[in-house]
Amino acid sequence: MTAPEMADRPRVRGGDAAETELDRLVAWLDERTGLAGVARSALRKVFPDHWSFLLGEVALFCYVVLVATGVFLTFFFAADSRPVTYDGPYPPLQGAQVSAAFDSVMRISFEVRAGLLMRQIHHWAAVVFVAAIVVHVSRIFFTGAFRRPREVNWLVGFTLLILALLAGFTGYSLPDDLLSGTGLRIAYSVAESIPFIGPWLAYLIFGGEFPTVELLGRLYVFHIMLIPALMIGGISVHLLILYLQKHTQFAGGRARESNVVGRHFWPGQAFRSTGLLILTAAILALVGGLVQINPVWVYGPFVPYAVSSPAQPDWYIGWLEGLLRLGPNWQPTILGVTIPTVFLPGIVIPTLLFGGFAIWPFIEARISGDHREHHLLQWPWQAPVRLAIGSGILTLFVVLTIAGGNDVLAVFLHVEVEDLTSTLRILAFVAPVVVGLIAYRLGVERRRRDAVVPETDA
Amino acid sequence: MSGSAPGRSRVEWVVAALFGVTALAGLGLLVVYVLGGQTQVEGVLLAIALGSLGIGIVMWAQDLMITPVVVEERHPLEAGPEVPADLEEALAEESGFTRRRFLVGMLATALAGLAAALAIPVLSLGPAPGRELFTTAWRPGKRLVGADGVPVRAGDIPVDSLVTVFPEGDPGSADSQTLLIRVPPDQLRLDPTRAAWAPDGYVAYSKICTHAGCPVGLYRASERKLICPCHQSTFDVLTGATPVFGPAGRPLPQLPIHLQPDGTFVADGDFPEPVGPAFWNERS
Repeated sequence: MTAPEMADRPRVRGGDAAETELDRLVAWLDERTGLAGVARSALRKVFPDHWSFLLGEVALFCYVVLVATGVFLTFFFAADSRPVTYDGPYPPLQGAQVSAAFDSVMRISFEVRAGLLMRQIHHWAAVVFVAAIVVHVSRIFFTGAFRRPREVNWLVGFTLLILALLAGFTGYSLPDDLLSGTGLRIAYSVAESIPFIGPWLAYLIFGGEFPTVELLGRLYVFHIMLIPALMIGGISVHLLILYLQKHTQFAGGRARESNVVGRHFWPGQAFRSTGLLILTAAILALVGGLVQINPVWVYGPFVPYAVSSPAQPDWYIGWLEGLLRLGPNWQPTILGVTIPTVFLPGIVIPTLLFGGFAIWPFIEARISGDHREHHLLQWPWQAPVRLAIGSGILTLFVVLTIAGGNDVLAVFLHVEVEDLTSTLRILAFVAPVVVGLIAYRLGVERRRRDAVVPETDA
Repeated sequence: MSGSAPGRSRVEWVVAALFGVTALAGLGLLVVYVLGGQTQVEGVLLAIALGSLGIGIVMWAQDLMITPVVVEERHPLEAGPEVPADLEEALAEESGFTRRRFLVGMLATALAGLAAALAIPVLSLGPAPGRELFTTAWRPGKRLVGADGVPVRAGDIPVDSLVTVFPEGDPGSADSQTLLIRVPPDQLRLDPTRAAWAPDGYVAYSKICTHAGCPVGLYRASERKLICPCHQSTFDVLTGATPVFGPAGRPLPQLPIHLQPDGTFVADGDFPEPVGPAFWNERS
């Protein structure tokens, strides 16, 4: 089967030539569904080519790997807090009282064939998944791809990011090891800190005062059913809107606001995307096989009165942890209502950041007064204010993530953790402003340099 | 560049070879499984199998397929002015939604009532918060025992060391976990009302951090400070576990204890304040 043959097939075989199996199958399906027309226009869909358009695809493919490895893991994992005695092949824990959940994770890691590989691929895929989403959303942000008419898909994508974070956190919490138990304890405290409804909320989510026996079962339902189901729905809507609106493209060549310049989905794009899916899986398999991640047998089972130090979450939770570490120790009681110290860094600031992020397309349209449709992308420097704000926010996340590992960093740098924390508190305010101003300056200069070159496309 | 049947192009050979590598690596994976499995070898073989397949497919698409750059016109997204009006008519007029205001109002009432009724089962997810957030298992007369349930004795704890204790009968209890620390008695500067709670320099504080609830697991004996490993809240043992650094907003509650003639410790009651992270009505 060579290229010309494939490209020619519809024309050559459509006429009076002998019917092939494929022709018969297509005809059979079309007579019963009428989908051939839709399929034809889908296969002829034009996709512009730029490496940065692949970032979202990588995220999608990580999701595929997550589902595949996750289904494998569900066959062996037990979401059960009941205590059992560990009697598996890992000597240091033999005879230890562990939960059935931890026991099942130990079995996956040491006794199930390819179990550890699947577990590690799953965890690495989750880490890369969130990373790919973050880079993808940065691309969308800095190139202005969220502008009208794509505000709706920005909101869908935002929802998917939140779901990805929830999926990551619930999954991280399932093995019932010492590290995950600590993370849950903190999450409980943050939920509990909301004035008036906090204790109610924490009790409804966790089933009572921490730690509860119900929790693992609930997390499991969220992790393997509710969140993935919502994500499949969200991804479908995300792609459907992309399909209906057609892809954005960079200016240049024949590209205009009124057209899409690229290659047909079938066969080129479809093959390339399939190749990318398989390559994503290949890299995750390599990393999952060779680089250890979340060795729960090192942390040991969850014990409510023990804690591992240093305690580090997965990278995408690091900034929330950093917020808690840098947060002020203010705990006022106003008219008998105590505002817990974690409320500001644990609830208020993340809500503001996520909220601003979610409605950014509307904020920008309001400020710039630009409510026109845009299908041509901007280079980041073509919108210096946006560039400045985005760089500032990313810098804040970097500082907060560093703060989330301040104890490890303090040991590494041979400084007192107190001094490091005080420095980071200042940096959290100063660094985003400085980086934002520098980015603005660079953007303006670059834009001015571009403006000297006569432009054809006004 | 296109390979007709007799003379296959070089690219075609490379792609074919890559697919062959995938098949071989797959077989190798099979052998590893049968021999008992080995995580690193499995990962590498799987990566080789998938990697050559992926590269092969991409090369096929890039070099063997004719994929010209084409231009597709965009069409306006909206359907035109008459369609939304039609849609509104179909939604509102034909169903009578706009005319039968009374019925629509009652329908909304019905749905609200039903939603309220259906929301009630959500409350089954957790009990109503009661006094358990304010209390622990500590009671007057309960002896201090270790995680193994054996009472701790004064002689077992050297100066500037500490042990995690629980009320007798509740070893391992999450909200009652307490640190019993021994410091030189003359160094203690407790509130006068609580000075008697630290017999011979043995002082007991809740082990649950008042910031985010982690067990306060680190003790810097040289400075007599307790440090929470989660967010580095630091508490001064000598002054009643007052927070001296980090995000904690109040001291670790102190447990009233006394020393018995046989060397064991007994609690004189529960903690005077709620343990652990704050919540809005903790002062009530």
